[in-house]
Amino acid sequence: MKLDDAFGIHEEALRIRARRSEVLASNLANADTPGYKARDFDFQAMLRKEIQDPVRLAATHKGHIQNDSGLVASTQMAYRIPQQASLDGNTVETDREQTEFSANVMRYEASLRFLDGRIKGLLTAIKGHSS
Amino acid sequence: MSSFKIFDIAGSGMNAQNLRMNLVSSNLANVDAVSSSTNTTYRSRQPVFQAVLDQANLKNPAVGVRMAGVVESQAPLVREYAPQHAMADADGYIYRPNVNVVEEMANMISASRAYQNNVEVVNATRKMLSATINLGR
Repeated sequence: MKLDDAFGIHEEALRIRARRSEVLASNLANADTPGYKARDFDFQAMLRKEIQDPVRLAATHKGHIQNDSGLVASTQMAYRIPQQASLDGNTVETDREQTEFSANVMRYEASLRFLDGRIKGLLTAIKGHSS
Repeated sequence: MSSFKIFDIAGSGMNAQNLRMNLVSSNLANVDAVSSSTNTTYRSRQPVFQAVLDQANLKNPAVGVRMAGVVESQAPLVREYAPQHAMADADGYIYRPNVNVVEEMANMISASRAYQNNVEVVNATRKMLSATINLGR
């Protein structure tokens, strides 16, 4: 078993969760910006893409380090459809963004818990006893 | 780590709302600042927010906010006939600012709620990051 594979899907999930909370934080910060369109992306589709066909920087030299996973292609970003349009063209609905944000934080913590379990499991395997 | 960007974003939101709150208090403080001509009268000041694009990556959806500028309200000033007033002009009129107190109070509540939202984001992110730092302990 390679140590890299030990964390499985959770490593990517964590990264995408972190990315999503950035986008949602941006929506909340721009709650009063005229013309600002709230954005979001589909976590599931993103995770699937990240595993099957990840977005990577173009490496033009063999020395280039390929460690930039978690990039979000702009084509994967979507605009949120507001329930109620506002006069200034802003589509941020604070309550919705807030709930999405906290749900995202909860799921981030769930991913952390899974990772933590994996790490503890590895530690137990290394030490031969759980401490 | 990219999560630290959230602090910048939420911080810019807090900053913008804080400036908006300043304008609200300025408007409310000057609500009774009467004057004797239209061009010297205080006019209600309103903030204009703008999203700050990421210069390194223009397609980056995670952007902060800043105050692009302050506009003065073009609503008509209140002209009031008060010949005995110290500031009355030759015809006996004084001019009151076009500050709408009810609107300003609503603005104040909106600014304060938006500020709290950003604080909430910072708190949640801080917890997320400290849990990440303690991963595997």
